[in-house]
Amino acid sequence: MEIINLEGTEETPKVILDKDNGIFEISGRSLPEDVRTFYQQILDWLDKYAAAPNPETNFTFKLEYFNTASSKVILDVLTKLENINGAKVIWYHHDDDEDMEEAGKEFQDIVDGLPFEFKTY
Amino acid sequence: MKYVYELHKTMIANNLILVYEGEFTQDITKSILAMAERNMDAIGELGGVKRKVFSVMVECLQNIVKHSEELNEKDEDGLKNNAIFMLGKQINEYIVTSGNPIRNTAIPAVQAKIERVNSLDKDGLKDLYKEIIKNTEISDKGGAGLGFVDMARKSGEKLGYSFEPINDEYSFFALKIVVPRSE
Repeated sequence: MEIINLEGTEETPKVILDKDNGIFEISGRSLPEDVRTFYQQILDWLDKYAAAPNPETNFTFKLEYFNTASSKVILDVLTKLENINGAKVIWYHHDDDEDMEEAGKEFQDIVDGLPFEFKTY
Repeated sequence: MKYVYELHKTMIANNLILVYEGEFTQDITKSILAMAERNMDAIGELGGVKRKVFSVMVECLQNIVKHSEELNEKDEDGLKNNAIFMLGKQINEYIVTSGNPIRNTAIPAVQAKIERVNSLDKDGLKDLYKEIIKNTEISDKGGAGLGFVDMARKSGEKLGYSFEPINDEYSFFALKIVVPRSE
């Protein structure tokens, strides 16, 4: 399966989606002007991946900041993951960033069929 | 050239550390954010305060960028590049202020959104956030309808706002968000 590997910028996150090596990660900053266009490639990739997923999918979110438009599309990504057997979210937040921790907990409440593990960095 | 000194004095008197007036785009948003970040880094601002100010600024600036497109396309009124953004720093708080023209017909909806947000406490805002994020779709302008809720949550205080009439069709929408300098 194709690999998505995008370098992060000041307005878009770093993204690695690599089925063969079992790496699934979105990290950095997310405040693009057009969130739909940026996240569509991720959602499309997940649709394909969902047809034949690995036994385990540990999906890492290590976000420093995201805007409210991104929060909606992050929820779309989580909703896709919820329907993949063996998927789990590893939600990182900076150790003094309570807002990012709370954001993760709120997503966890909404997507209640998807396990979350919280880690600090 | 006296206005240069007058403007300078006004900025000092109001503790304004950043004022931008003119056209708003995503690139300009990024530049303003970078300047504000550098400014807060230079004085060693607390990480949590910095992140909240950054967050409120993004929502505020992206609102202006998105809604400037609603104005008269031919820009016959000369309002398109007529928005302002300010960041003020007091001893105990940062003050993010913006002003931009909006259609008079849009005022009731904007006012209702802000009033709803201002009527809620911390838990009420959290519930509203969850309700909106579950049911919203990204609009053609790229927004999720969560901006005011998020600003109020980051601020912890009521959003200040006013509408000053410009002409029959437009008013000037001013918005003020306070971010306390303590965690």
